[in-house]
Order: sequence, then structure tokens, then C-alpha cells
Amino acid sequence: MATPPNRPAVAGKPAAAKQGQQGFVYLPLIAGWLVPGAGHFLLGKWGRGALLAVSILAMFIMGLAMQGKLYTSAQDILDLLGVAGDLGSGIFYIVGRAAGWGSQPVQTTIADYGTKFIVVAGLLNVIAAVDAHNLRTGRKS
Amino acid sequence: MFHPSHFTAVLLFALCASTVFGITMRDTPPKMVRYGAYCFVLFVGSAILLSWVMFLIAR
Repeated sequence: MATPPNRPAVAGKPAAAKQGQQGFVYLPLIAGWLVPGAGHFLLGKWGRGALLAVSILAMFIMGLAMQGKLYTSAQDILDLLGVAGDLGSGIFYIVGRAAGWGSQPVQTTIADYGTKFIVVAGLLNVIAAVDAHNLRTGRKS
Repeated sequence: MFHPSHFTAVLLFALCASTVFGITMRDTPPKMVRYGAYCFVLFVGSAILLSWVMFLIAR
């Protein structure tokens, strides 16, 4: 008598879970860094991804609208930290640099706040991308 | 261009940062909302408190 093949305990669920685990493990991390929320979109977390994208993009755009500065060169350690923070915005930093956004010198208090908005938007995007990676690896549900 | 008041800038900053903190630091939507609201209150509350402290020091 032939023995039945091994089957998953709950039909469908392990297969669906395995399907989500296929592919390049760092893809949500990289996509989330390049485009805010994209890492969560790749994992099917549409609501979370949309909220993250709106929050991070709103901060970046408000920073530019407040005449904040995009850091371009690292003359000292604070500038280097500013560049590192700005780089967290991924493709928006690259586009901003190419388009010449945020290139004017900071002359008002609000413009200084805008510069901080841009840096923090980048740092928040890094947190969001790491969160997408944790979802991908199963460290977070 | 966008020229918010200082307090409006605090509110906008706190709103965006709290949203990201809530989503990334907790697992379930109710906990996310609660933690996001907690962070928002702490951001705005600490800004108001420090503003009063600086005002009293400057007098």
C-alpha cells in the first residue's frame, strides 16, 4: 500500500507563506530606501506603505518648500552627517541634487527648520526601509 | 514658498515622525495608533515645556 505524500498541516497557508519568502531578500530594503514605502508595497502592506510614503514625502517636500538646504558636500563632520541623513531619502535626494533643489543658502529660521525636515525625512525613510526588511525576514509580523 | 509658524512646524514635524514611529515600532494596528499618538503627545508636549523653560530662563 502506497503511503500518502507529505502534505502541509494547513493546506494553502505554508505555500502562500513560502511564496512571499521567494526572491532577493534585500529587495524590500533597497526598494524602501530608494522610494519611500516601496518596500512595504512589495510585501503587500499597502496601508502601511501608503502612510509611510505620505509622511516621508510630505516632510521632504515641506522641507524644500521652507527653503531648506540639501547638503551637497562634507566640509566638516556636521555636513557629513547632513549628507548621510539626506542620502536616506534615496531617489528624491538624487533627483533634488540633479534639479538643483535646496541649493540656496539658509538665511531664515524657517529655512533652517526646512533643512532639518529634509534630514529627518531621510532618517525616517531608513527606519521604514529597515522595517520592510524585518517584515521580509519574518523578524516582524 | 511655505512659511509656517514655529508651532505649526512643530505640529507638522511631530505628525509625520509619529506616524513613521507608530508603524515601524509596533506590530498590530491598534498598538501602532496608540504608540503614534503617544509619540505625538511627547513631541509636542516636550516642545511646549522646553519653550516655557527657555522663556523663564531668558527673563
